[in-house]
Amino acid sequence: MSGRQVLMKGNEAIAEGAVAAGCRYFFGYPITPQNEIPEYMSRRLPEVGGVFVQSESEVAAINMVFGASACGVRAMTSSSSPGISLKQEGISYLAGAELPALIVNIQRGGPGLGNISASQGDYFQATKGGGHGDYRMLVYAPSNVQEAYDLVIKAFDKADEYRTPVMVLGDGILGQTMEPLVLRKPKARRFDKGWALTGCEGRAPNVVKSLFMGEGELERMNLLRQKKYDRMRAREVMCEEYMAEDAELAVVAFGTAGRIAKAAVRLARERGIKAGLIRPVTLFPFPDRVVQKAAKTASRFLVVEMNTGQMVEDVRLAVDAARPVGFYGRPGGGVPTPAELLKVFGRELRKI
Amino acid sequence: MKQVFKRPDSLKDVPFRFCPGCSHGTLHRMVAQAIDELGVREKTIGIAPVGCAVFAYDYFNFDVLEVAHGRPPAACTGMKRAMPDRLIFSYQGDGDLAAIGMSEIIHAANRGENFTVIFVNNATYGMTGGQMAPTTLVGQKTTTTPKGRAVHGEGYPIRVSEMLATLETPYYIERTAMDCAKNVIKTRNAIKKAFTYQMDGRGFTFVEVLSICPVNWGMTPLEAMDWCGGPMKEYFPVGVFKDEGKRVV
Repeated sequence: MSGRQVLMKGNEAIAEGAVAAGCRYFFGYPITPQNEIPEYMSRRLPEVGGVFVQSESEVAAINMVFGASACGVRAMTSSSSPGISLKQEGISYLAGAELPALIVNIQRGGPGLGNISASQGDYFQATKGGGHGDYRMLVYAPSNVQEAYDLVIKAFDKADEYRTPVMVLGDGILGQTMEPLVLRKPKARRFDKGWALTGCEGRAPNVVKSLFMGEGELERMNLLRQKKYDRMRAREVMCEEYMAEDAELAVVAFGTAGRIAKAAVRLARERGIKAGLIRPVTLFPFPDRVVQKAAKTASRFLVVEMNTGQMVEDVRLAVDAARPVGFYGRPGGGVPTPAELLKVFGRELRKI
Repeated sequence: MKQVFKRPDSLKDVPFRFCPGCSHGTLHRMVAQAIDELGVREKTIGIAPVGCAVFAYDYFNFDVLEVAHGRPPAACTGMKRAMPDRLIFSYQGDGDLAAIGMSEIIHAANRGENFTVIFVNNATYGMTGGQMAPTTLVGQKTTTTPKGRAVHGEGYPIRVSEMLATLETPYYIERTAMDCAKNVIKTRNAIKKAFTYQMDGRGFTFVEVLSICPVNWGMTPLEAMDWCGGPMKEYFPVGVFKDEGKRVV
């Protein structure tokens, strides 16, 4: 299949990307708008000797991932916003036990049952520790089908490299959009999983746990993990910059909003408006330096999100009051058009 | 001289830190003996729950995974699907399995997952200090039922083995008790049988063990064993509820 171009939905591309990355274990529970992922896996995984289990709940699914991952295999689950809330306990345990796993969130509108339209309402939950305790998690935010496929493959490597849960954060538009996709056969990276539970033949027993009751033990563990998160901050930042070098208005947007904002920036440039785009691909670690670099040249920032303002807080932290940071949001399933954003750009630029 | 008694290889050489009289130490040993007798220590992965048995990895001399409260049957599902030739068992208390984890146990049993669950029923939450469990007897005083468990508002204790036995898929379900030495040996044999079925790939196996918690019951160990053999067994009868290996075709 490698090198072949196919037409696929984002959800299917995510599933196929996982298979290409060597993931053979999928556990999940139905929820719209991500159902194509488990459906695809239910027929694809048996073809490659893998296992698909439709779990009784989101909670069970993430704990099946927990058990499989503890054995050293690549495992994943996917869901959408309300289901991801249910998985938070398990994500915290994965972080605590330092187990690699992929969690895909194809976001829908919230809070509560919300709706099934695309939304970016789970940025805080994904990047600020949706579960309890003091942990971080790598978060990738693809903005098209090819990028979703590629980032899923990368996510499995990074999960193993850092022994951490990794999230791919998409939304209903990404999941449901059909686009051409070039399949590839990634080079299999080998990771030492001496910690895995495989039966203790020829070695001392392994224990995988997240309880550290000894005096000062958990503090030491959390400080060690902090170093791991610092390594992620230093090495794993990914960000797309589009016409940002000479931009007067630096637009910051991720995922689907980033893709729409890119089209709006193109329209703006055609009209001689000096807008540029910064599109964070990793949401944790957040591309602070890219934002800070833009603050030296741009007069003003505009953050565009499909929510009421979440990533904007990270942009403001990075800008550190050096420049004004405006916000335009469409929550609850609202999706801005490029023309709509173009008007917003004009409004923002008049403030300069 | 022939050695006739020793610590099982499947137990580490450390003292148990359970409360005086608690069944966990003896039951850990029975599990370890069963594994030794089957010669599968190096192929075994145990699951420690949340509760008194969370420290199972301090005692068991084989690979152990610690899992969130109530979720061991889900984690066992993931493990067994990834490593079908390993002996995988969860060791869960009544709060873990019959309250917060009721969904996971029913569905794992119903899928016929090929692992073993050892369900320690001592009619209380031990680790957190003796609150009412789903298996607390009617009238039994706990820290959250100071006047005794009342049927009105708190319901009857749940008979998990009987409930799981209504499912078609489980292969073997037995309830035993730790109320006397003879029954402790019966418990070990039941665990060994469950493990043997699992190694043969037969499907879901479940051993419920009526256990004692003298500290939280407010009894001496001897009184607790009597209570286990008396009122507990009256409500939770011991016996085999399902054994497909014995079914005459």
